[in-house]
Amino acid sequence: MKHITVEELIGYHGGDAQEREDIATHLKECADCRDEMARIEAVFKAMDAMPVPDPGEDYGERLWQRIAPRLGERKPRWWGSFFVPQRLVALGGVAALLILAFVAGRLTKHSVPPVDQVDATKVRERVLVVAVGDHLGRTEMVLMELENAPAQKGQKPINISETQRRAEDLVEENRLYRQTALKEGDQAMASTLDELERVLLDIANSPEELTPAAFETIRKRIEKQGLLFKVRVVKRGLDERKAHPEARPVENQTRGMERKKI
Amino acid sequence: MAEEVEVSDAMAVERTLGGDRDAYRVLVERHNRTVYKMAYRIMGNAHDAEEVVQESFLRAYQKLKQFAGNANFGTWVYRIAANYAIDRIRQRNAEETRRRVPIKSDGDSLEVDPLSQVQDGSPSPERLAGSAQLADRMKAALAELSPAERTAIVMRHWDGCGIEEIAVVLKSNPNATKNTVFRAVQKLRRAMAPFLEGKEARAMGTEG
Repeated sequence: MKHITVEELIGYHGGDAQEREDIATHLKECADCRDEMARIEAVFKAMDAMPVPDPGEDYGERLWQRIAPRLGERKPRWWGSFFVPQRLVALGGVAALLILAFVAGRLTKHSVPPVDQVDATKVRERVLVVAVGDHLGRTEMVLMELENAPAQKGQKPINISETQRRAEDLVEENRLYRQTALKEGDQAMASTLDELERVLLDIANSPEELTPAAFETIRKRIEKQGLLFKVRVVKRGLDERKAHPEARPVENQTRGMERKKI
Repeated sequence: MAEEVEVSDAMAVERTLGGDRDAYRVLVERHNRTVYKMAYRIMGNAHDAEEVVQESFLRAYQKLKQFAGNANFGTWVYRIAANYAIDRIRQRNAEETRRRVPIKSDGDSLEVDPLSQVQDGSPSPERLAGSAQLADRMKAALAELSPAERTAIVMRHWDGCGIEEIAVVLKSNPNATKNTVFRAVQKLRRAMAPFLEGKEARAMGTEG
């Protein structure tokens, strides 16, 4: 009598053996094959004995809390991208700054009392603080994702399409803020934004799938320039300014940060 | 909440694509357990399993437009998770190998697969009794499988996936996938032989 192979028995157990009826008939007649089948099934039973710990009743909720802030990253349609809330906030902030700069300039030319100038400057700074703080928060997320991405072994390409899309959006805002910072004479912030812009452009212009080497180059650049650190310091300074508008100016703090890095 | 229960997967997907982000929550809450179980069995610990689940639902959200509405969302996100799990486990194994080779460091600083820790050393007499010991042995045996074998056997045995479906995740063909399942069972069988009743006739062979 020709016995059933172990491979066929495993397939039979999994429900995908072609000759199921023949195997079933054979198993009824052949004690050796029944024993063999019993041994295979004992392995599967032992697998079932391995429990999976319950992650907790609130697991679904915890999971949602972790992923919800990271959703909404799907690339909008090109015409829709002008109307995403972040961009509207950014563009609105820049527009407000330009208007205020214009008004402030007019007031200065007409020798309006210094008190008004101070007020205009304060409002202008406040807009910059809020808008750039928000921008840096989103940039920080992109940099963190790249820095913390797991290392890749071999030549398997790394897909960065989602990060790339967000970088594309950030480049444009970044450029506007950098120009505004320059106009405002905040060299330190303009310099940080300039460094950020280059990296964001690199990311945005890279292919969707990077080789591990190309990915590592971008990551090392972020690390080498201490970009994440710089972004955090500037952002912290802006957050403090937001909370305490009368505190020291943003430019002083960013310049201090620059000195430390040097 | 009553409304959420009645929302089908297809409706939740449509609403999510229409900009209702909270609709995605329905899908996350509905399918997280199945994905978690599979991820735990492949990864071998809760921390890594949770990371796999989190990343998989994020990826599913980002690729939602590519999801064919007539397919099953649960199956789709499960497959994304299996793909991610196999990549992560390969990566983790590579990292462990790299860390182990140069120095024999103290155990605390190594990110060792808890599955593989179970097999080390002789188990205490207490642990050698009962089903807990059997489960420990099985965890150790599973840890010894290659990432592809582990993924294949988890998908096949626990989740009843078809060979073709497993082949897609393994980026392989059905015949090679069948062999992978076969090899996995044989390795488990060999590892478990001392703990299971019966002799090991034909254990490694395919003879008739």
